[in-house]
Amino acid sequence: MSVKNDQPDMNRRKFVGTTVAAAGAVVVAPGVLLHTVAGADPESQGASAKHRWGMLIDANKCAEGCSACVDACNSEHGLTGHGRPATDAQWIRAVKLKDNSTGHINRLVMMCQHCEHPPCVDVCPTGASFKRTDGIVLVDRHICIGCRYCMMACPYKARSFVHEDLEDQSVNAPRGKGCVEGCTMCVHRIDRGETVTACQEACHDTGHGAIVFGDLKDPDSEISQALKSQNSRQIRADLKLNTGVRYSNL
Amino acid sequence: MSKMYYRELYCGTPVRYWAGMALLGTIVAIALGAAFYMEHNGHWVTGMSNQIVWGLPHVFAIFLIVAASGALNVASIGSVFGGPMYKPLGRFSSLLAIGLLAGGLVVLLLDLGRPDRLIIAMTYYNFKSIFAWNIILYSGFFAIVGLYLWAMMDRKANRYYRPIGFAAFFWRLALTTGTGSIFGFLVAREAYDAAIMAPMFIIMSFSYGLAFFIITLIAAYMWGDRELGDLRLARLKNLLGVFVGAVLYFALVFNLTNLYVTQHHGVESFILLNGGVYTAMFWIGQVLIGGVIPLFLIYSPAFDKARWAIAAASMMVLIGGFFQIYVIVIGGQAFPMSVFPGKEVLESSFYDGTVGAYAPSLPEMLLGIGGIAIAMTMVAVGARMFKVFPESLEDPGESA
Repeated sequence: MSVKNDQPDMNRRKFVGTTVAAAGAVVVAPGVLLHTVAGADPESQGASAKHRWGMLIDANKCAEGCSACVDACNSEHGLTGHGRPATDAQWIRAVKLKDNSTGHINRLVMMCQHCEHPPCVDVCPTGASFKRTDGIVLVDRHICIGCRYCMMACPYKARSFVHEDLEDQSVNAPRGKGCVEGCTMCVHRIDRGETVTACQEACHDTGHGAIVFGDLKDPDSEISQALKSQNSRQIRADLKLNTGVRYSNL
Repeated sequence: MSKMYYRELYCGTPVRYWAGMALLGTIVAIALGAAFYMEHNGHWVTGMSNQIVWGLPHVFAIFLIVAASGALNVASIGSVFGGPMYKPLGRFSSLLAIGLLAGGLVVLLLDLGRPDRLIIAMTYYNFKSIFAWNIILYSGFFAIVGLYLWAMMDRKANRYYRPIGFAAFFWRLALTTGTGSIFGFLVAREAYDAAIMAPMFIIMSFSYGLAFFIITLIAAYMWGDRELGDLRLARLKNLLGVFVGAVLYFALVFNLTNLYVTQHHGVESFILLNGGVYTAMFWIGQVLIGGVIPLFLIYSPAFDKARWAIAAASMMVLIGGFFQIYVIVIGGQAFPMSVFPGKEVLESSFYDGTVGAYAPSLPEMLLGIGGIAIAMTMVAVGARMFKVFPESLEDPGESA
């Protein structure tokens, strides 16, 4: 005999509720656990806005004929050329300049200036060009469509397009044919907790010490102290991009 | 005026139509082969480099995209501005606009470093990028012009004809503003970074689009053995004259403004005086072939109703327009970027301070021509499937 009752069956409702809660916990818990475990690893903590990584390059110390930083960058990131300078990637390059009015000659290295307001990020249609919270400007090779608009927009000619097949890639910097790339400020090192870039290390090892790398937001860092004590400038400061790379004695 | 009948494009004999289609198909197939070759090997096999990052395919693509929005003008004049002489041409105008845009976009897509990531371009948007806006503007253009065509062809949709006509007109202005702003918003390079780029591209589109329209209209009516009256062509011709003059005017204002700004003297002397091939393209290509001679052909009483003169003028407007885009896109990149103002670059491994070298390669050229063939194929197929062309465009009053 069935009891006609329009009241809901509380037992059933309870059962369903418990089941859903348990199932939810089973689904979510491993994720939370993994997230906690993953977060414990400094390499995956991600960028933090507490830092802004930058460089100071002393044009007086950049020595004639030296290519230590360029070579170090190439080997660090597996940038092997094909002997075709017009299309081979260059993340860092040495430039020799003569002042038009005074005749003063300078030498310096150019690379991505890691702007606070990067034009490459503004123009990128897919958002592949992006700036991390710690100021490093990168290209997401998974969503770069190779339109090269960022190369049109960059005032520093800091980017290269991968024009041909790649071999012997470095684990430090996965690259992609048909994508655009540029200086990463050795982000793989920074994410490991190191604070020395390949170019700075090489420049230091040659004894020139023209490159200082560090945290612009840390008032006690070597770079902050150096910027405080001496005159420096940004290249194309008129564009007001607030570059992370600064130059002294230029 | 007798009632206007529209009919699908039959070219007398099937052979005549299908031979034309086979020719276009061959050109498209070659272009696809060229694109595959470039993508497979990488862009080093083209004339492009890290200095000249946008090459001939971009010239073709931008040329076609700009012309596409202009080709719609004839339809807009018919519906927005109420020109009865233009109204029967509206359907073809819309079809041509869709075809040209598709042709341009195919070239643009196949020149990407990663054309296989089209889906990413369609799903990841950075709304600060004018390029991303353009993707939306292009997609929307297809939709709106498609609706416009439907409103023109389906009597039941006729009440939507005017509102859609207005929408299409404003959309096409937005689209060309977007295309011009690709360059107008580039602060880094001296040849660009000017708000006038957007209106200049709009007026360029009026001119190129109408020239494309006139040539394809004459060609289609010859191909299909149909009557095309002088009166209508004369109207189109006079309108083209106004647009050609306006393009010259904008070029003049653009360069005069730059000449006033000391900072831009370098890039101006590069384009106007000592830029070698780019200077020649500017004066001989853009100004003489694309401006002065067409104006003469259009306005000289000697060529009053001469159809060859109208066709020649239109063709020269297109050639001149191509050179104009070439000078803007490639000349603008070739001029060295001012990375170190006030300094001369003595040494650089990355070509700082030197004029960028660019020689277009054959595959780039084939891909670009393929874009035009794709546009024409779409027009030919569309005209065969839909009642786009009036059966006769003879002058009013000629028929009983």
